[in-house]
Amino acid sequence: MFANFWAVLNKELRSYFLSPFIYLISAVFLLLSGYYFYSDLVFYVQFGFGLNIMENFWQLMFTDLRLVIMLTVPFLTMRLFAEEKRLGTIELLLTYPMRDTDLFWGKFVACAIATLFMLSFTLIYPVLMSSLQPFDWTLVVPGYVGLVMLSLSFIACGLFISSLTDNIVVAGLGSLGTLLFFWILSWNDGATQFGLISTIASVSMVTHFQSFALGFIDTKEITFFLLFIIFFSFLTLRSLEARQWRGRR
Amino acid sequence: MIGVQNVTKYYGQVCALDGVSFSVKSGEIVGLLGPNGSGKTTLMRILTGFFPATEGSVHVAGLDVATSSLEVRNRLGYLPESVVLYPDMSVRAFLHFCARVKIDGTVQRRANVERVLSECALEPMAHRQMGTLSKGYRQRVGLAQALLGKPEVLILDEPTVGLDPNQVIDIRELIKGLGGKVTILLSSHILHEVELMCERVVIIDKGHILAEDTTDRLSERIQGAANVRVRASGPRPSMLNALRALKEVAQVTEHDQEDSDGPEGAVFTVRSSNHAIAREIAQTIIHNGWALHELRPVTLDLEALFVRLTREEQKEAA
Repeated sequence: MFANFWAVLNKELRSYFLSPFIYLISAVFLLLSGYYFYSDLVFYVQFGFGLNIMENFWQLMFTDLRLVIMLTVPFLTMRLFAEEKRLGTIELLLTYPMRDTDLFWGKFVACAIATLFMLSFTLIYPVLMSSLQPFDWTLVVPGYVGLVMLSLSFIACGLFISSLTDNIVVAGLGSLGTLLFFWILSWNDGATQFGLISTIASVSMVTHFQSFALGFIDTKEITFFLLFIIFFSFLTLRSLEARQWRGRR
Repeated sequence: MIGVQNVTKYYGQVCALDGVSFSVKSGEIVGLLGPNGSGKTTLMRILTGFFPATEGSVHVAGLDVATSSLEVRNRLGYLPESVVLYPDMSVRAFLHFCARVKIDGTVQRRANVERVLSECALEPMAHRQMGTLSKGYRQRVGLAQALLGKPEVLILDEPTVGLDPNQVIDIRELIKGLGGKVTILLSSHILHEVELMCERVVIIDKGHILAEDTTDRLSERIQGAANVRVRASGPRPSMLNALRALKEVAQVTEHDQEDSDGPEGAVFTVRSSNHAIAREIAQTIIHNGWALHELRPVTLDLEALFVRLTREEQKEAA
């Protein structure tokens, strides 16, 4: 039953890990997050805030990592459907004995694995820190749970945008723009108090990540992320299905 | 094996197919012939379940494509028009991916991939990345994926387009070799291609079926007689008289010198109800001691065929 899902997953993983692109993206990701780690650490060593230096440090670190993920995930999602459309291979895949859901989830999980691969290198920071100054790991675990949920929701959103176009650049910029917009909405509460914008701001995954960065695993927020992922998966599947609607009377 | 009943397809206000009906028997090779934009690809996409028809029904192997799409796709091999495959994937890796979707069991999958690699003469290219392959080889990879899992029905959209003459012959032989075992519907805009590969042809234009018959009967119906082009050197009036004197010759037309595209000899077109007239023409010319430079049957090209068929249709309408 899952044979087709595995086939797609396997193909996408090969395509990620046998090309230099993922390593280039990971290098950029680690360069940016490494600099944040260094600068955040220097900041707390020089100034320190109250008694909970470690707690404050990890809060800032996760908030910064959030931004780096936001900037890199669109590069991993952009080609997933747009390239299939550009090459015309989508026609081949959609006429194989395979459900659209197998195709979608195969791609989703492959992208999630690629993102986790990238993210896994950042575990070196807490390991390095604890060798210098032992700390309570319960500060770090919620942050990582949050980063994983956030990444999955970015992927769901990026996949949907990639399914709308056959142009990889448009797919990449579209996803990046959408994610940045969700982030910007969290900047000024005063500007997002009324009307439609308040509704959009309330579903910003960037704001919902905050409690994880503070060291809490909130089931309410986990539910939010799951619903967010389901909603965008639904939209992507409808977008794939849209070919069926053309010419209907 | 394939049944198309009254299929209509609209793209917005544009009508791509208008009440198309035909059927293909098991093991038959049928050509779908038509100019670009005639609705061939649309029809093939409906047959493969890529999108549904606006009206009408399509059956493949006794199953309705609209309601049993997955079962139908299990029995189909499809070569889309202009296949551009994953450039950074090797031929073998790609075929293994396709086999995973189409075939159960690792052993069967491996055997199938090796079989299609050999059938399509792709073994030397199996390790190559598809981006580095020539168009001919890419087309073969496209065909190879369609042949995976021994499909009952093959739908091939322009299988020989863009290939060089040798590759065209290879692909043509491969397709002809499958006849009888597999039901094949292939599309082309080249009449000669279809004649060589198919037993029957469906001619489609602007979403309508213009004609549907065996290739032989169709050319007879259109041409009514054999036309032979002759280029020979000798005294023109004597040659003309000798050709006219042949049995069963209906008409001999002499072409002007500008009309003939070579410097040597005079050019005639002989029209006859006898399809073996060429042999007699050759004998006559050689017997008289004239030089024979060229002797070939003149077949109607697609353009002429369409003109003829559309006129027939207009007449019927009137």
